[in-house]
Amino acid sequence: MDILLEIIMIPAVLALIKIVVIILLFALPLGTLLTLMERKWSAMIQDRVGPNRANIGSFTGHGLLHLAADGLKSIFKEDCIPRGANKFLYLLAPFFGMISAVAIFSIIPIAGPIGDFTFQVADVEPGLLFIFAITSLSVYGAVLAGYSSNSKFALLGGTRASAQMISYEVFMGLALMGVFMVYGTTRVSGIVDGQNEYWFGNLIPMWGVFTQPLGFILFFTALVAETKRPPFDAPEGESELVAGYFLEYSGMRWSAFMLAEYIAIVGVSVLMTTLFFGGYHVPWLHLWESAPQWLVTILQIIKFSIVTIFFCWFQIQLRWTVPKFRFDQTMSLGWKKLLPLSLLNLFVTAFVILAFA
Amino acid sequence: MTDMTTLQSRNASMSSNEDSTSSVMTIEIGPAHPAMHGIVRFTTQLDGELIVGMETEIGYLHRGFEKESENSKWIQVIPYTDRLNYVSPLLNNIGYSMAVEKLYGIEAPRRAEFTRVIMGEISRITDHLTCLAAVAMEIGGFTFFLWAIKAREYLWELVEEMTGARLTTNWTRFGGNSTDLPDGFLSELSDRLIKLKDVMAECDKLLTRNKIFIDRVKDVGCFSKEDALSFGFTGPLLRACGIPYDVRRADPYSVYNELDFEIPVGSTGDCFDRYLVRMEEIQQSIKIIEQAADKLPEGPYMTDERMLRYPDKKDVYGNIEGLIDHFKLVMEGHQPPAGEIYMPIEGGNGEVGFYLVSDGSGDPVRVRLRPPCLNLVEAMPSMTIGHYVADIVAIFGSINMIGGELDR
Repeated sequence: MDILLEIIMIPAVLALIKIVVIILLFALPLGTLLTLMERKWSAMIQDRVGPNRANIGSFTGHGLLHLAADGLKSIFKEDCIPRGANKFLYLLAPFFGMISAVAIFSIIPIAGPIGDFTFQVADVEPGLLFIFAITSLSVYGAVLAGYSSNSKFALLGGTRASAQMISYEVFMGLALMGVFMVYGTTRVSGIVDGQNEYWFGNLIPMWGVFTQPLGFILFFTALVAETKRPPFDAPEGESELVAGYFLEYSGMRWSAFMLAEYIAIVGVSVLMTTLFFGGYHVPWLHLWESAPQWLVTILQIIKFSIVTIFFCWFQIQLRWTVPKFRFDQTMSLGWKKLLPLSLLNLFVTAFVILAFA
Repeated sequence: MTDMTTLQSRNASMSSNEDSTSSVMTIEIGPAHPAMHGIVRFTTQLDGELIVGMETEIGYLHRGFEKESENSKWIQVIPYTDRLNYVSPLLNNIGYSMAVEKLYGIEAPRRAEFTRVIMGEISRITDHLTCLAAVAMEIGGFTFFLWAIKAREYLWELVEEMTGARLTTNWTRFGGNSTDLPDGFLSELSDRLIKLKDVMAECDKLLTRNKIFIDRVKDVGCFSKEDALSFGFTGPLLRACGIPYDVRRADPYSVYNELDFEIPVGSTGDCFDRYLVRMEEIQQSIKIIEQAADKLPEGPYMTDERMLRYPDKKDVYGNIEGLIDHFKLVMEGHQPPAGEIYMPIEGGNGEVGFYLVSDGSGDPVRVRLRPPCLNLVEAMPSMTIGHYVADIVAIFGSINMIGGELDR
């Protein structure tokens, strides 16, 4: 028993366990459940019933079995490789989206530290810069998939994806610069702790959404565009490009793209929670000084999950409410409106910090 | 053989554009493409995302309606007309029957005419709803699509109650209709219209002032009045260009001149105007239905004239005249007097015209349909060139091409 505990406390082993727990117990299940949530919620918006047919005997679990059915179906479907495709790149492409979607979770703390133990895989010094580096990688998935499929529709989708993601990357960084300036660090745990301060005594928590309201909207927009979800789904171009860059994929590789999209939704949500809604900090909990540590941790995880799920829901609601942009409109929105706004946000933030600090 | 040669030479001329120095890419949109409702092929040349050339190819749904009609009795054509514009089949039924009635020189009883107006306007609403829903869906408004389809469902149920079928209605006859209003139809109708108005108000709130939607459809596919006329546009697209031409007013048929309604017109003829015109026409159709339901007279729903109406079964089995009439109507068919006529009515997409030639026998010599969307599809290249590839779906959706009617 002691030996086991010792092995577990080796940092590398501990990190590995955290990775498995966070990804297998948090990111993947939430991403998978989100596919069902999206179908059920859109059904509710559109006066439909939603998926409810997959069953074992009389058990349907309100459509829960559709997840299993979809998974099984994808595994047993033929994995087609189109004629003339660049086989190596074609097989490689689905991993990029998946990896970059999952990697976001590695630096997100989901609860406060207990002693030396942190609820975070790695608290790296560059922090958010690491996130930018990782999310930029996901563009390769789309571009390689579009390029290697030997299909004109996929090629158009791939070029759209690269153009869109590279442009939105630019002001995504700029929009977040304000947050760095306000909390004075790029380290994620530093930003989260910075949001545990209060204004006017104990009245308003210094959450990112209050200190950086414009940055919040800009960053959220940029992230939604990064995930290529409607209204920014021109790369997928469902109606004119059929499915865009992953048009030729089938079976589990297609599922990998879809799952990556849903995990990216969760990724966006945890980022928004961490950077703009106080992360795991439960507001005003510090007023209850005698709170036992275990209860605080549980409350923190609950608060973190609730805000995350709220943002997942918000993205789904967004998708089923608004039509989508045309490709050139996405670009002009990014470069002509959002980029100047994020620069403005940067200057105003800098001015306020200089004037009042 | 010649067709093959032209196809080959066309393909050769197209592929010559694709040398490595050219920035033009040829891409086949259709025949099996999610945005091509029905089946049609656009061979599109793209410079990046910009459309620089387009060729349309139709005929994938050609079933030989006109030739088939020549080999049928007059009355046997009515079921074929169901399959022309399959989102508003009743309008085709009405159009064909009125054309044959014009050949006979008779008119259906007033109750039948009012019922036809009610059912025809219901069909027009279903047609417009389908088109609006498709446009909305293709530019991402999937919720609008399902709401509109829900509203359409209310109306299909009325059609089903009246005719016994949703699509294969086969409802009109020469000199009347096959059925009268079923019991409680009018109260059901007014309930459904209230529900429809609610859904339309909801849909209107969701989309009409949405900035993204307006950006996608405004100034897309603009068409001038002159071009529209020279292409032979009719229906909502012509009215969106600003010309208030509606067969119901320009050449009043049935009882439309007793009803009060307005013809909405647009100004630029872009996709947004088409959307607004269709939205407004749904409101006007509701108005027409309400008036017609109020004014609905009592009386027969089918003419009593011999050799037009099938005799009742008691006459067929009970007296010799009935038996002879029935025998002749079945074996020789209706025999409209020799002559030729053209009868236009306002369909969902525009002027649905039947040109009929009779030599006085039981078989039609010629049944020709003027499909409104043929002219519209013909104008696709001139509407799309210079726009982006994503605009194809908005423009093509707002044309409301119906394969069954286009290819006949």
